[in-house]
Formats: sequence, C-alpha cells, structure tokens
Amino acid sequence: MTFPILSVIIFSPIVAALIILVMPAERKTEIRMTALVTAAFALILSLWVYLNYDQAAAGYQFIEKYAWMPQLGISLHLGVDGISTPLVLLTGVVMFTGVIISWGIDDRPREFFAFLFLLASGVFGVFVALDLFMLFFFYEIAVFPMYLLIAIWGWVKTREYAAMKLTLYLFIGSVIALVGALAMYFESGMGTFNMLALETANFSPEFQKIWFLPVFLGFAVLGGIWPFHNWSPDGHVAAPTAVSMFHAGVLMKLGAFAALRVGIMLLPVGAQYWSWLILAFATVNVVYGAFIAMTQTDLKYMIGFSSVSHMGLVVLGFATLTPEGMTGAGVQMFSHGVMTALFFAATGMVYDRAHTRQIPELGGMIKPLPFVGITFIIGGLVSMGMPGFSGFVAEFPIFMGVWMVKPWVAILAVISIVITAAYIMLAIRRTFFGEMPKEFEGHITPISVMDKVALTLLSGLMIGLGVFPQIMVPMVATGVENVLRLLGGA
Amino acid sequence: MFSSSMIMAILPELLLLTLGLLVLIFDIIWKKKESGRNLGWLTAGGLLLILVVSAFLAKPAESALVFGGMLRYDMMGYVFKMLFIFGAMLTTLFMMDSEKLGNRGESYILLLVATIGMNLMASAADLIMLYLAIETTSIPMYILAGFLRDDKKSTEAGLKYLLFGAMASTVMLYGFSLIFGFTGTTALVAITGFSVPLALGVIVLIMVGIAFKISLAPFHFWAPDVYEGAPTPITGFLSTASKAAGFAVLMRLFIGLFPATGEFADDWTMIMAVLATVTMTVGNVVALSQTNIKRMLAYSSIAHAGYALVGVVSVAKLDAGELGVGSVTFYLIAYVMTNLAAFGIIAAFSKIAGSDEISAYAGMSRRNSGLALAMLVAFLSLTGMPPFGGFVAKVFVFAAAVKAGMIWLALVGILNSIVGVYYYLTVLKVVYLHRMEGENEEAHPIPLTRPYAIALTVLSFAILLIGVIFGPWFDIASSAAQGLF
Repeated sequence: MTFPILSVIIFSPIVAALIILVMPAERKTEIRMTALVTAAFALILSLWVYLNYDQAAAGYQFIEKYAWMPQLGISLHLGVDGISTPLVLLTGVVMFTGVIISWGIDDRPREFFAFLFLLASGVFGVFVALDLFMLFFFYEIAVFPMYLLIAIWGWVKTREYAAMKLTLYLFIGSVIALVGALAMYFESGMGTFNMLALETANFSPEFQKIWFLPVFLGFAVLGGIWPFHNWSPDGHVAAPTAVSMFHAGVLMKLGAFAALRVGIMLLPVGAQYWSWLILAFATVNVVYGAFIAMTQTDLKYMIGFSSVSHMGLVVLGFATLTPEGMTGAGVQMFSHGVMTALFFAATGMVYDRAHTRQIPELGGMIKPLPFVGITFIIGGLVSMGMPGFSGFVAEFPIFMGVWMVKPWVAILAVISIVITAAYIMLAIRRTFFGEMPKEFEGHITPISVMDKVALTLLSGLMIGLGVFPQIMVPMVATGVENVLRLLGGA
Repeated sequence: MFSSSMIMAILPELLLLTLGLLVLIFDIIWKKKESGRNLGWLTAGGLLLILVVSAFLAKPAESALVFGGMLRYDMMGYVFKMLFIFGAMLTTLFMMDSEKLGNRGESYILLLVATIGMNLMASAADLIMLYLAIETTSIPMYILAGFLRDDKKSTEAGLKYLLFGAMASTVMLYGFSLIFGFTGTTALVAITGFSVPLALGVIVLIMVGIAFKISLAPFHFWAPDVYEGAPTPITGFLSTASKAAGFAVLMRLFIGLFPATGEFADDWTMIMAVLATVTMTVGNVVALSQTNIKRMLAYSSIAHAGYALVGVVSVAKLDAGELGVGSVTFYLIAYVMTNLAAFGIIAAFSKIAGSDEISAYAGMSRRNSGLALAMLVAFLSLTGMPPFGGFVAKVFVFAAAVKAGMIWLALVGILNSIVGVYYYLTVLKVVYLHRMEGENEEAHPIPLTRPYAIALTVLSFAILLIGVIFGPWFDIASSAAQGLF
C-alpha cells in the first residue's frame, strides 16, 4: 500500500478546518498560523504530485479506490491525469497565497479560514475524483461555502445580492447536471458511478445528444459560459480578496474541468454533435467579455469580465475537439488561474490602502507600491498573451485549434486579444502611472514581506511557464490524448 | 399461539410502557421542585437503554405475522421503531429545560405513549390495529400541542390539531370500512379484488387521513398554526417522528393493497406524483414569505414531505421498488435528525431571546458561535448541501424517481430545492451577517444548558455522519425493504 497522497491532499484542509473551529476565537494569531501551515502542507503535497507524475506512462496515476457504498456502486475513487495534475497544483498555489493575503482579516478569522478550507477540500476533490457521485459531492462542497464567504466578509454594498445570485446560479447548474448524471447511471445499466467504467458504456447517440447540453452547460455555468456568466463578475467584485482569488482562480476552472470530464468525456458523441453551439457560445464569451471589460471603471469588475473572456478561451479550446485546442485550454486553465489570482491580490492590496477601486480615481500607485505595480504589469502581459509569458503558451495553441476547425471564428476571437491589450494597458497606466491624487499622500503604506512572497510566487510561475513551456505542455497533452481517444479521433 | 418472537415483536413497546409507569411513579415520589430535570434524565436515559436493548434483541431474523395477524414483525418496523425511540430521546432532552413543559411528569408520559403508538403504526398489518395505533399516537400529541394552558397560541394549536385530526381519521375510517365491506377482511395480506370505483374511493379516502398526518398539500393547513403554537420541542417531534410514522404507514399500506404487480399501481403512483409536486411547490413557495422561523420550518417540513413522497412514487414500480423504500427510509432518517436539530436550536434560542421571529436571529453567530454552527449544519442539510445528510438523501430519492422513469418528477424536485436554497440561506445570512441593534452582541450571550448541548452535539455529528459515511446507513435504510414485497 503506497502513501494515499491524494486523499491526504483532499482531507487535510477539512481536518484543519475542524481543528480551527475548536480553537478559541480570540487566539487569532494561532488560528492564522494553523491555516498557513496547512496551506503550505497542501502546496508541498500538490507540488510533489506534480513533479512525480510520470508523463511517459500517462493515464491516471496515484490511483486510490475505497468502496464507499457498494450497493449503488459508489466508491471513493481518486486519480489524476495530465489535465488535472496542473489544476491540483494551481489549487495548492492559490490556497497558499490566499491564506497569506487574508492575514489581515480581523472579523471572525476562525470561521473565515474554516469555510475557506472546506471550499479548498471540495475543489481538490473535484479535480481528483474519478467517481461521478463523488465528483458531485465535492462540487457542491465547493459551492456553498462561497455563499458564506462572500456574504459575511465581502464588500458591504453588494455582498448579499451577489452571494445569493452566485449560489442560485451555481446550484441550478449543478443539479441539472446531476439529473444528467443519474440518467447516465441508470441508462448504462452497469450499476456504477465509476467514470472510467462509464466511459466504456457506449451510450446511444440519441441519449448523448439529449443529455450532453444539460450536463455540459450545467457545469459550464461555473466556468462562466455565456449566457450564464452573469453571476461571475458580481461575485468577483463582492468577494473578499482571497475568495476572489479562489473564485476566479480555481472555482471557474472547476466548472470547465467538470464540463470536460463529465460532459465531453462521458458523452463524446453528444459533444461532437453540439460542438458548434459550444463554439458559438464560447466565441461570444471571449469577444463580448473583452468588450464589457473595456467599459468598466471598477478595477475588480474589469478583471471579472476579463475572466469571463479568458474562460471563454478555455471552453473555446475544448469545443474545437482538436489536440492543439484542448491542450491550449488545459494550459490556459492553469495560466489564467495564476494570473487572476495575482490580479485580485494586487487589486486587493491597492484597495486596502486607497479605499477605492475606481480606475479614474487612482493614479501613480507605482511609486508607493512598486512591487504591486510590477507584478500587476506582469499579469497584464500574461493576459495579453505576450510571448515569454504563460498566456502565450496557452492561447496560441487554442487559436491554432480554432483555426483548424473554423478559421473565421479564430479571426473573430483574435479581436479579443487586441481589446484585452487595450483595456489592460489603459488600466495599468491610469492606476499605476500618472499623478497620484493628493488625498492618497501618506496613506499608501508599503506591503508586507508575506504579501511580496505571494506576489513573487504567482508571477514567477507565469514567467517560468512562459519561458519553459515544457514543464507543463507535454503533461497536459497526455491528458488530452486520452480525451481524444474517447472522441474516436487521433 | 404464543411464541417468544411475539414478545420480541413488541419488546420496545413493552419497555416504553414500563418506562412510562416508572416516570409516573417517580413523578409522585420526587418532590415537585427538583423533579423536572430528574424526570427528564430518567426518561432520556431510559429511552437510550431501550434503544440499545431493542437494537440488539428486537431485530427480526425473518418477517412474520404475529398476534393473529395484527402486527408484522419485520425489518421495516424495526428500523422505524429505532428511529422513533431515538427521536423521542432527543425530544426529551429538548423538553427538559423548556418552561412549563419539562418540569411536568405528564409531558414525558404523553411523549412515551405517543412513541408506543408510532411503533405500532410502523408494524401494524391489520386495518383495525392500524387505526388504533394512529389514535394512540394522535391523542397524546393533541394534548402536548396544547400543553401550555396559559398560552393562547398553544391552546389554539392543540384544539386545531384535534379538530383537523379527528376529521381526517374519520375520513380514513370510512376508507377502511369500505374495504371491509367489500372484501370481508381487515388483514392487509388478505385484501384483494378491488373493482375500479372501489379502488379509487379507497385510495382517496385513505390518502386524506395519511396526507393529514404527513401534512401533504392540500391537507397541510393545520401544520403552520400547530407548529407555531405548540411548545417548540413538541413541534420538533411532531414534524419528524410523527411524520416518519405516517410515511411508514403509507408505504406498508399501499404496497399491501396495491402491489406493483396489480392493476392499480399506476393509478396511485400518478396520484402520489401529483401530490408530491403540489406539496413541494406549495411548501417551498409559501416558506419564502415567512418571517416567523417556526412557520417557515413548518412550510419547509411540508416541502420535505413532498421530497420524501418523490421516493414513495417509485415504490410502485417493479424494479425501482427496493431503491424506493430504501431511499424514502434514508431520507426520513436524515430528515428526522436534521429537523430535530433545527427545532432544538430554535427552542434553545427562543428560551433566551424570547422571540421566534427570523429578524431576532441577527448577530446570533456572535452571541454563541457553537449554536450558530449547529444551525449552519442543520440548515445546510435541509438545503441539501454536502457533506450533510440532506444531500445524499435528496440524491437517493431523486435517483429512485429517475430509475422509475419519472425524470420530470426529479426535475420538479430539483427546481423546488433551488427555491429552498433561497430561504434557508436567508436565515443563515441573518445569523452570520446581520447585527443586533447596538452591535453589542457580546453583552447578550446565549448560554446552553447541558441537555441542549448534548442533544445538539449528537445531532450535528449524526447529520455529518449520515452525509459522509452514507453506505452503512443506506444498508440499514434499505433493509427496511426486506420481505416487504
């Protein structure tokens, strides 16, 4: 019996949450230290998984399987492949940096970290679950702490509205997908929720065509797919910094990932049949999201809509059903996760000091906050898809894939890059350069060392991946090969 | 013929009766002043003992009819009996510190008698026995609902419950007499040979009685008033154990009268499906606009009866039947734990805060974070969120519906649970987010007395346990289907 690393990764945040909950509320420092140690532990383990994933062997690795409910064929079946391994690492990174960024939370930090860790457990669980029921189980666990985290610690003005909107959207999406999953379970007649078994179920084409859309779109709601993206910018803006990071950085990937895992991989014929529609939706996402982002004056809303646009690229990549497009989409999930986490962290640091996120009211922030400014610019370059940064590594193959399927869609989608460049550069110039408004004089205190560690980690990952794409692209490609095998091509 | 299995079949009831007599005796012996708590501990401890003893001794090896066909000694009866005794035990703990309820010996005795009635309801195999069992349950519950004599709302609740209840059981009795008149027997196993009009008449009349018991729309009107007026621990018992007993009767009766192989299975399935749809929708939609938490939970418990009924619908389908019974039983187990906890929290809170308005819960998480956490667990379980019991329970009943080919019903259920998300989360929002007037919550703590603390801890862990390690619980639940068909 080998070390059950994946279940340790999933359950250590839950255990930490329980430990934190029984600690006395006034021991705030101890609570934060416990949280940090747990997050570091999870990061190290997920890094270990990433480094030890055997790319030559490919397929699912670190497999664990425990019978959970044999009567209905439910098992705690865990494993990672080339697509989910980077996402596990991403979750570890965002969790660690999120805890650092949340150091200053003073209102009931005990509950905050407990809920945040419950969320993290759910996210890890979805990425490594190979059992359909367990996937749903963890998916819901990842959704509901969001409500409390946003409603309690969020931005006073919109938190109640945004939290409820987000929860209802995501809940509706997931339960609709759940009915699809139950239909698959009974249709297969195999009496198991094991996804590896269900892959071989050979559902009839009619069945797949009916159920693909509910399942794919149900999950893709969390991926921010148009026209169901409306919850997402509101949620980003209302959430406290660490939760925005989790939300845009990891949770949206959860939706895209589950849509791939359950929608495309279990219902491949349906995916081929409907790919034109998904492609159309995703194109709207990419272009429309970019345009809306351009019109925003609130920095967080801008990043929120840019997330919608970038997540559109992920879905676009999936919808091409080509090796290039899907590999790009896989890398984009990681790249965008790190990038948005950085954006939100930097924005949070600016907001904490200036008490405004309105771009026209800001200016000259580079002088008092040079570190934040530089990392924000790095994030901006990633966002624009500059060569040498991870965004390029991800977006270039996606556009290649789209070009192979529908050249005119690629042309349309590429417009988004231009718009992105425009709004990012405008935002950088207005926020960080130019004259600093008088009222900020003396209020802008430097950021702490811990904050610098978090920002360095995030921007380092983006540059590292940009310069050495080999550290991730081949791994994702092995995962994509498996998907393509199910699709009957390649 | 007398046999030892006959004793085992009614062992829990015999023990309950003994406990009731003990409480009666000690109520006289102990001085009034200190007797309240002591009687409570005696009852709760006794129930725990009964639970353990019966769990080991009263488990049937195989199904059998006993006492001349009056009772059926089977797994279904066993599982439900354990559930009722557990519910009564927790209710006792909640009653102990309840004013004018916990210091009276009568209240515990009435609770025990009602529990005996429920036990018999779950195992009755004859219409006459069934009717007696229902009345044995109902009459003490009428009294308990109106137990606070000086409280207008409580007396109103008692009277309302009595009038509605008497009416409903009369109608059901008509149904029973029709069956006897046409078939000449009251034994469930022997009843066959329905003509179409008779079958319809019987289904409708009996359903009125049962629908009242489990508060299905449109027979739910009594529930919010009674739930609001009755002492809160009693409301908890009424909305959980009493409802579960109704479901046990429903399943046993309809599987017996109209088996899946018979010609009327489709008809009553359809009736159930419609009732489930109406009940879920009415419960959830009306709950949205409630400002009193007890009324809100009353409507929510109406909605939950609807969800459980979704599972009952599949009972009549041949291949989905066992999953149906298993999922309903599992649902009821999870629901009993969850709703008991919810009402226990309300009892503990209103004892200090003196109000059942939702707005009074503002700042509760700062007044007692442990109680707020228990509330989080209970309400998220009601919402149907993992890792709490409510999630798996809902998935199982919806799975049963999908298996029975009623995907539309599962969809209706899902749409309804989305409505539920809204009002449950709204309460949690008040608890965690809103502040008391003056924002000095620390000055208004909510201390928990020991019985509340014990009961809520047990229930919170139970809810978590059911939601995470659901395999063994589902084993227990689906064993209820053994020998039923």
